[in-house]
Amino acid sequence: MAFVKMTAAQVARKVIENQPLFILDVRNTDAYEDWRIEGHNFDYLNIPYFDLLDGVEEILPKLPAEKDILVVCAKEGSSLMVAEMISDAGRDVYYLEGGMKSWSSYLEPIKVGDLTGGGELYQFVRLGKGCLSYMVISEGEAAIIDAVRFTDVFTNFAKEKNVEIKHVFDTHLHADHISGGRHIAEATGATYYLPAKDAEEVIFDYTPLEDGLTVKIGASQIEVGALYSPGHTIGSTSFIVDGKYLLTGDILFIDSIGRPDLAGLAEDWVGDLRDTLYRRYRELAEDLIVLPAHFMIIEELNEDGTVAKRLGDLFAENHGLNIESEDEFRHTVTDNLPPQPNAYEQIRQVNMGKISPGNDEQTEMEIGPNRCAVR
Amino acid sequence: MEVNQVLDAKGLSCPMPIVRTKKAMDTMESGQIIEVQATDKGALADLTAWSAAAGHTLLEHKEEADVLTFYIKKA
Repeated sequence: MAFVKMTAAQVARKVIENQPLFILDVRNTDAYEDWRIEGHNFDYLNIPYFDLLDGVEEILPKLPAEKDILVVCAKEGSSLMVAEMISDAGRDVYYLEGGMKSWSSYLEPIKVGDLTGGGELYQFVRLGKGCLSYMVISEGEAAIIDAVRFTDVFTNFAKEKNVEIKHVFDTHLHADHISGGRHIAEATGATYYLPAKDAEEVIFDYTPLEDGLTVKIGASQIEVGALYSPGHTIGSTSFIVDGKYLLTGDILFIDSIGRPDLAGLAEDWVGDLRDTLYRRYRELAEDLIVLPAHFMIIEELNEDGTVAKRLGDLFAENHGLNIESEDEFRHTVTDNLPPQPNAYEQIRQVNMGKISPGNDEQTEMEIGPNRCAVR
Repeated sequence: MEVNQVLDAKGLSCPMPIVRTKKAMDTMESGQIIEVQATDKGALADLTAWSAAAGHTLLEHKEEADVLTFYIKKA
């Protein structure tokens, strides 16, 4: 029988379209438990490849006949070996091209909605890592917010849409993934903005992103406005796009809130986080659609694959927005935090321009889930 | 430590370091020691877990100039 490669893009379609898939993950159990491909309708079996060196007969009965079977490993090699063994044993099977490395890198652009005067807003969903980037398009111009490091995806998308990238923003200095913002700006001549309070140690030129700054995109003047909203970092800034969308960065997510500790200053920033979530955001229109910079669990995806929800609904449903006592809030966001993201200190250094690792090293740093939230 | 066999798995990527190690150890006797040299970073977690699962003893490992060296005693 055949063993055939499946690309990360094909797996992404299965996630977004709620299709079934049976994943045979042949990585170490530790690696699997830490981070795996999540799908609404996926089933899993984790058996390390080195337990299958003598043959796959024992696991054949566990592989469902009616579902596609995808063998997954870290880089591809082991999944190819196991897929070939399963195929030799008479079953059809797929393996993941490029393994979890390629899954971590894949971005799926999804349209969130239309803007005034024919503009469009796109969310770039990085399913493997839970990162969300944005592109605002209007009449030949574009702005990008929180771009991940795969800059080609954004510049090619802009080319396809026949728009010029004019403004590139980072809502904050990221600690879980490497920003592509500065490099996109360099390649396109766009202006790169970063909150000055997060940028004290950066070694490159940037335009300070200040509270109240607005830029207009395209002739129809779609407005992207900055709103200072500290707490995840001291500089964290949100954006209101076209009076309809609230881009919250790593401050507010769909089912969780930002953590204040990744720059080592949880105790200092917890008050800012409280103030942003319980005062600044409360003054905004409840009909704004929240678009965060991350999702943590697959349940946060909407049916069309986007990650977006009405602010008023989050006030009602998000646990982190419903902690009345300030003491309890402080306790929730400073104690019992989840583990920190992989290599987060190094990633901050890269985003400050202090170190410039090669592509493989950047991939290694970004392995694993993003872990920017407190639930 | 008396090493009975040395396996050079440098430059090989997953799954080959473990495939070669297993093949080499199949020819060894219980209690003998194999030295495995690998450059694939994943070998550390994988050889550790595989040794434990197979009942072998990972006596020690070290990393020098990007080369991981393992000493494994056969069960």
